[in-house]
Amino acid sequence: MANKISVTVNGKQYTGEVESRTLLSDYLREDLSLTGTHIGCDTSSCGACTIHIDGKAVKSCTMLAVQADGCEVTTVEGLATNGNLHPMQESFKEEHGLQCGFCTPGMMMTATDFLKTNPNPSEQEIREALEGNFCRCTGYHNIVRSIQLAAKKMSEAV
Amino acid sequence: MTKYIGKSVKRVEDKRFITGQGKYTDDIKMPGMVYAYILRSPYAHATVNSINIDAAKSAEGVVAIYTGADIPEAIAGVPCGWQVNFKNGDIMKEPPHPLLVRKKVRHVGDGVAIIIADTRANAKDASELVDVDYDLHDAVTDPKAAAQPGAPLVHADAPNNIAFDWQLGNPKEEVAAALASAAHVTELDFVNQRMIPNAMEPRSAIGHYDTAYDKYTLYTSTQNPHLTRLLMCAFVLGLPEHKVRVVGPDVGGGFGSKIFHYIEEALVVWCSKQIELPIKWTCDRSEAFLTDAHGRDHVTNAKMGFDADGKIVALQANTFANMGAYLSTFAPAVPTYLHGTLLQGLYTTPKINVDVTATFTHTNAVDAYRGAGRPEATFLLERLIDLAALEMEMDPTELRFKNFIPAFDGVEQEGYVTQVALQYDSGNYAPVLTRALEMVGYEAFREEQKNQKGDKLLGIGFSTYVEACGIAPSAVVGALGARAGLFESAQVRVQPTGKVSVYTGSHSHGQGHETTFAQVVADRMGIPLEDVEIIHGDSDSVAFGMGTYGSRSLAVGGSAIVKSIDKVLEKGAKIAAHLLEASTDDLDYAEGKWTVKGTDKSVGFGDVSLTAYVPHNYPEGLEPGLDFSSFYDPANFTYPFGAHVAIVEIDKETGFTKLKRFIAVDDVGNVINPMIVDGQIHGGLAQGIGQAMLEGAIYDETGQLINGSYMDYCMPRADDFPSFEVDRTVTPCPHNPLGVKGAGEAGCIGSTPAVVNAVIDALWKGGHKVKDVKMPMTPERVWTAMQG
Ligand code: FES
Ligand code: FES
Repeated sequence: MANKISVTVNGKQYTGEVESRTLLSDYLREDLSLTGTHIGCDTSSCGACTIHIDGKAVKSCTMLAVQADGCEVTTVEGLATNGNLHPMQESFKEEHGLQCGFCTPGMMMTATDFLKTNPNPSEQEIREALEGNFCRCTGYHNIVRSIQLAAKKMSEAV
Repeated sequence: MTKYIGKSVKRVEDKRFITGQGKYTDDIKMPGMVYAYILRSPYAHATVNSINIDAAKSAEGVVAIYTGADIPEAIAGVPCGWQVNFKNGDIMKEPPHPLLVRKKVRHVGDGVAIIIADTRANAKDASELVDVDYDLHDAVTDPKAAAQPGAPLVHADAPNNIAFDWQLGNPKEEVAAALASAAHVTELDFVNQRMIPNAMEPRSAIGHYDTAYDKYTLYTSTQNPHLTRLLMCAFVLGLPEHKVRVVGPDVGGGFGSKIFHYIEEALVVWCSKQIELPIKWTCDRSEAFLTDAHGRDHVTNAKMGFDADGKIVALQANTFANMGAYLSTFAPAVPTYLHGTLLQGLYTTPKINVDVTATFTHTNAVDAYRGAGRPEATFLLERLIDLAALEMEMDPTELRFKNFIPAFDGVEQEGYVTQVALQYDSGNYAPVLTRALEMVGYEAFREEQKNQKGDKLLGIGFSTYVEACGIAPSAVVGALGARAGLFESAQVRVQPTGKVSVYTGSHSHGQGHETTFAQVVADRMGIPLEDVEIIHGDSDSVAFGMGTYGSRSLAVGGSAIVKSIDKVLEKGAKIAAHLLEASTDDLDYAEGKWTVKGTDKSVGFGDVSLTAYVPHNYPEGLEPGLDFSSFYDPANFTYPFGAHVAIVEIDKETGFTKLKRFIAVDDVGNVINPMIVDGQIHGGLAQGIGQAMLEGAIYDETGQLINGSYMDYCMPRADDFPSFEVDRTVTPCPHNPLGVKGAGEAGCIGSTPAVVNAVIDALWKGGHKVKDVKMPMTPERVWTAMQG
């Protein structure tokens, strides 16, 4: 069955028809061609598909597209503003927080939401916050460093 | 002076990844694209009586369905790329691995039919309407059990399921005699369990047949585009190679699992010709668990003998290696030439024999997984030596120092010739362990351990390793059974404006070649890093390539680039000499310009480049253009080494083991980008530690993979690790122009035994003298070990 939905993604309004069973992750990738949101599993475990819905980090494969009707969605493509990288993006680059880059969008989306609630986290708190995001390349070492650097940058900015 | 080499230059490829613009295979969409789903066997061993596709054919959106019967007989299946012979000289058993099974399924996940539809969901829906009638048979999954008489047979023409048997080293009798007269023999039975690679990007392939040009394109998540093309064209589909383009776009990790040529790649290409539409196949994670080539899976008995002084006198290693149901591309090389040959380790052991029996089982194929054979060799040696130290009541570090091969640089001193067919290039083993002990604060730790009271047990474990990478001289690997060369190609194309495009046959899947290679080029040519572009992964633009694995990219691919740069600069000098009216002998090249010695007369690289393409005032007889290709075939493998130390704390009540510290000191030769090398080490450590503590595939006796999802397979998470403490020493490789050895696998090779040894040490110090705790060392297993 087709359903009409209207979502704001990265500040742009999209209206369209989706099947009831279409996952939000598939809608973003297939219908909107926003392929920065990655799909790494079929059990909602890996976090590669993490986006923001109304400002909160959500695994987009755990939601149906119809459930996003009327929501504000931010994907990795919307993290930079006016061509300026988000401090989280800068920090991942500076601290070598990515290798193959596949987990990276989800990592950054989880981390930016996490820093909103805990702007000055300990290393252990960062590691625990990343429980739902897998990375096979970095051993997490430099991802933790990246998030620490981003926290520093963001607290200096306010 | 180097401006870039040795510096932690930030990666140039990062921009696209952090902004969500990376292009992985599944991100590619083409007009008219249709989607494939592969129906796979739910059984490990069964005869296929019939397949009824009638209902599925008329399901919504279905474009085509093919089964094994539709594929021409001439297409036998995907080949194996490495031949190992039986001890008696017979060729290994090499049963065909068909694109889709015709009569018999041999592991859960074997492909039965391909369903192509307008959407992925419709293809999946239709697959449920395919009716397959199976006759079930008993299965065998354990590599040792498979070789016992009466075990269910995987292939009728491989008696006792033996793919091949093999041995290397000194005669068995000599080793047995040395063990018999040894003052102490440590013996250990252990399992190096099966691992699932779990690159985060699931495999994906797009086949596209272009009717206008009569040309095929395959986009695929591969570490190895050219080899995939060669195997697919010459050995599977019989296609003209010049009419086939294989592209590996951005690849989301591989760890070995994307080296091999997979059936899905050949299938989408073949099907795209039948229906003349582009076809995309992307696997689900559950499918990846079932069908990405797995790693390890050795069952081993090993004995190490020592004299009264603690010197190793002999080593006997007997291993059953699981091949799975079919021989994957490099599978036979892993337990043999990448494992047996490494059993010298960094010790002076005078007598070594290794005996390997490779068996077929009703499981998914096993092949190279990060380290491929060298982790298994290191695990064997390092478990034995640490255990021997406990048994002989010696310090495990002293025992190692006593047995290390003395330093040799491969220039002044010859490379070290092992008992197992290799000659190490250069090595200086004591300093890595010394440095690691400093970082640990070894004496203080032992004090702390001695005084430990309460409900925790502290343990420390060591692992020192040498590995072989930069694979390798083609003639040598050819003699060892490789059915391909193992050189690398590079083209350095200088554009008229002096900008440089470099085409390399190496293919990054996260290693950062676009940065590291550019650092080498920019420094060697004296030009800004921004003026260099590294192009890789496309068989239409890169002349040829052997791909990225075995930590070979910089040592082999980088050396090929250096060769081409040398040619460019040599020709450039001729043009410069002409422009400066000097002889080439009188010119110096530095910082992007040629200068006449002792004068201030000079001409820049840009002017020379332009002259090469606008050759008005030009040396007589010299061809225009500034564009050189090279092939580099290394003189030897490279041999990185290192020392890893783990400190663990076990909860006596629960057996829960916490990794408190992990120290790694690695020597990977010269380092171009320290930040990237450290990153490679970190990632390797996590995988090696993951094997020790968390991961492992579990097949039940019927051949079901019972932990084939992220709900069941324990992937390492961020809070499973402490921050890693890494450092390095530098012993350059003497036989390649950059002096580099390779860093991609070292972390994974050294770390696993260090963690297990730490747990064993903790247990012994706590009064539980167990020889082994099976990996992954779950709390339950550690707790059980404490009850004895
Ligand atoms: S794809 Fe959503 S959690 Fe893995
Ligand atoms: S960077 Fe490759 S999975 Fe994280």
